[in-house]
Amino acid sequence: MPDRARPTPTPRGRTKGPDVRPPVPDGTRVDVRKTYKLFIGGAFPRSESGRSYPATGPDGTVLAHAARASRKDARDAVVAARKAVPGWSGATAYNRGQVLYRVAELLEGRAAQFTAECVQGEGVSWAGAERTVTAAIDRWVWYAGWPDKVAQVAGSANPVAGPYFNFSVPEPTGVVAVVAPAAPSLLGLVSVLAPVIATGNAAVVVASEAAPLPAVTLAEVLATSDVPPGVVNILTGYTAELAPVLAAHMDVNAIDLTGVAAGGRAELERLAARNVKRVFAADGDWEAPPGTARMLAFLEIKTVWHPIGI
Amino acid sequence: MAGGSWEYAPAPEARDIVTIRREYGLFLAGEFVPPAAGESFTTLNPASEEPLAQVAAAGAADVDRAVTAARDAFERTWGQLPGRERAKYLYRIARAIAERAREFAVLESLDNGKPIKESRDVDVPLAAAHFFYHAGWADKLEYAGYGPGPRPIGVAGQVIPWNFPLLMAAWKLAPALATGNTCVLKPAETTPLTALLLAEVIAEAGLPPGTVNVITGDGSTGAELVRHPGVAKIAFTGSTEVGKQIQAAIAGTGKRLTLELGGKAANVVFDDAPLDQAVEGIVNGIFFNQGHVCCAGSRLLIQESVADTVLSRLKRRLATLRLGDPLDKNTDIGAINSREQLDKITGLVAAGEAEGAQRWSPPCQLPAKGFWFPPTVFTGVSQSHRIAREEIFGPVLSVLTFRTPEEAVAKANNTPYGLSAGVWTEKGSRILWMAQRLRAGVIWANTYNRFDPASPFGGYTESGFGREGGRAGLAAYLDA
Repeated sequence: MPDRARPTPTPRGRTKGPDVRPPVPDGTRVDVRKTYKLFIGGAFPRSESGRSYPATGPDGTVLAHAARASRKDARDAVVAARKAVPGWSGATAYNRGQVLYRVAELLEGRAAQFTAECVQGEGVSWAGAERTVTAAIDRWVWYAGWPDKVAQVAGSANPVAGPYFNFSVPEPTGVVAVVAPAAPSLLGLVSVLAPVIATGNAAVVVASEAAPLPAVTLAEVLATSDVPPGVVNILTGYTAELAPVLAAHMDVNAIDLTGVAAGGRAELERLAARNVKRVFAADGDWEAPPGTARMLAFLEIKTVWHPIGI
Repeated sequence: MAGGSWEYAPAPEARDIVTIRREYGLFLAGEFVPPAAGESFTTLNPASEEPLAQVAAAGAADVDRAVTAARDAFERTWGQLPGRERAKYLYRIARAIAERAREFAVLESLDNGKPIKESRDVDVPLAAAHFFYHAGWADKLEYAGYGPGPRPIGVAGQVIPWNFPLLMAAWKLAPALATGNTCVLKPAETTPLTALLLAEVIAEAGLPPGTVNVITGDGSTGAELVRHPGVAKIAFTGSTEVGKQIQAAIAGTGKRLTLELGGKAANVVFDDAPLDQAVEGIVNGIFFNQGHVCCAGSRLLIQESVADTVLSRLKRRLATLRLGDPLDKNTDIGAINSREQLDKITGLVAAGEAEGAQRWSPPCQLPAKGFWFPPTVFTGVSQSHRIAREEIFGPVLSVLTFRTPEEAVAKANNTPYGLSAGVWTEKGSRILWMAQRLRAGVIWANTYNRFDPASPFGGYTESGFGREGGRAGLAAYLDA
């Protein structure tokens, strides 16, 4: 059987970038293919529905059969995320920063693999993919520095007219559902995911439907980098099937609809009103500096009146 | 109180300080005008059920005029003013409210039913303070931490409730105006009068016509305002039910939204708390403003070892509360704002009894006319009772107990709401331990129901999103 294009980029027509295929002549060794699965509660299950869908390159080449998550998988992911909230939001900011920095270290080691997956999934050049992958790693490093600073930027001491030390601190909103943008598959995903967990939330991510494979590889990085199970849960599948479940879910506190086309957001926003979800969506240039808006969108300001007296 | 010789003599505040007009129009583009369809409704004094005035009912055409006037002012006048000039207008409003404080207080108590001591000492001074605080922000927004050159959003549609009519108008208008937006304010149907007096103050302060418009009416007027395509930002304070409807109604429009909704706050009393002070705080937490407070401490959680002591002291204290004429300076508990609200309270209290909780009220004579409900305490309440889950918005306290701090946190957070909470303990570290774990936007320690324009206010989860007050509150009105 002829070998279909697997996560090994074809070197034809490419002048830069390594060939990540093992240096073994065809026919002497059969490569080991990866099963792309979901990432829920720190584990890699297939969809409980037993379904998958072909993840293809832009030319229609089947790259892999990604799991096609069901509504039940989405609900399981929310349960896992909720379970992770106390530990992750209760961890020290310093600890969260270190864990996130560790993720960046492991991303760096997998840069070539991510680049290859982006080339295959998005049909971009090796150089173009490499640029977005390194931007994604740098963005992760940027967010890794935020956990122990965001409270200083978003909080305040408030001079009230009375004998109280009155202060406001940002706290994580809780469980945040995120619909990742279709492309750039890794940079887009990192740009929407990192701010959610840097601020202490737990995330349920719907990966790019068109190019889901980098998201699964990112899950492998997260699984081996001290991010507690359930803090990030990644679903691959059909956005139209999964997003309404998360938008309507009563135990999801906020939703980022960035990955949903503008025309599809209204119905999801309506569903989100059922439990007064915080709704965020921002389109833009993924390579531009992200600013703090994505972090502030998933923080609650808590104000404490502490008495002063003797 | 027994012993007739110690009865208080009536001490009513003079009512003639305020002139109530027979009819009120809408405040559109700087003047009072009749509504297009000519419809009106009556606003009552809830303490006597006597009609106070006929107030214009704004329809779709009026809402459109108001939004157009506000859009005009945003594009041509107010929106073009430098911050330092906006500031001076807001300072004028703050000063004018203080100058006319007595008038505002009497009018508020007449239209709302709240005791004059509260409207005089809380609502009106805080309203003035809110304008004063935000006036100072108007020319300092680039230092607020929302990036360089923060811009206003446009026309803000603001729908406010009946429990703090003037104060809520101030909470909405002051930050919106300071940041350069223009406003269409919709006061509650049962309490339009102080917002209309504020409109007069704003007109006298000389703000460009259309900067603030006040449209009176019922829920349908509010719905028209929310739907209007010329409104760029909605700010709503009210019930969670209506908040959800608004959020759903503007889905997909790109309108900005902040919601300050209901609550079912836990007021947690530990065994080391200063108990007499705590009893005062419990009373203030739930009986302030007849319990018509979204952040009211309506669930009292007492540590089991002091539960009997706290309850007996609480009951003794409640027996001294004076219910009656809102204009009497000695009145602690005024009138329920409307028959509709009284029916809601009565219904939930009946449910509390039906579900098996024990109801108690001090001996309390209710006036023959008007809407009244006695201060009420339920003991033997379980977490699944409706009176422990639903917002009653009346002078009704549900008492639960706990043994450990962990149990207190679990019970306090067992609610879809998350607006506020109280903690009573002498131990500072415990205050902060509790404050970290309570899922609520405002935590009061050894105090309750305290507000300040510099202190951000707003909820978690189904109590809404966005903050009012402080630096954080500016974000609601900035395109950052």
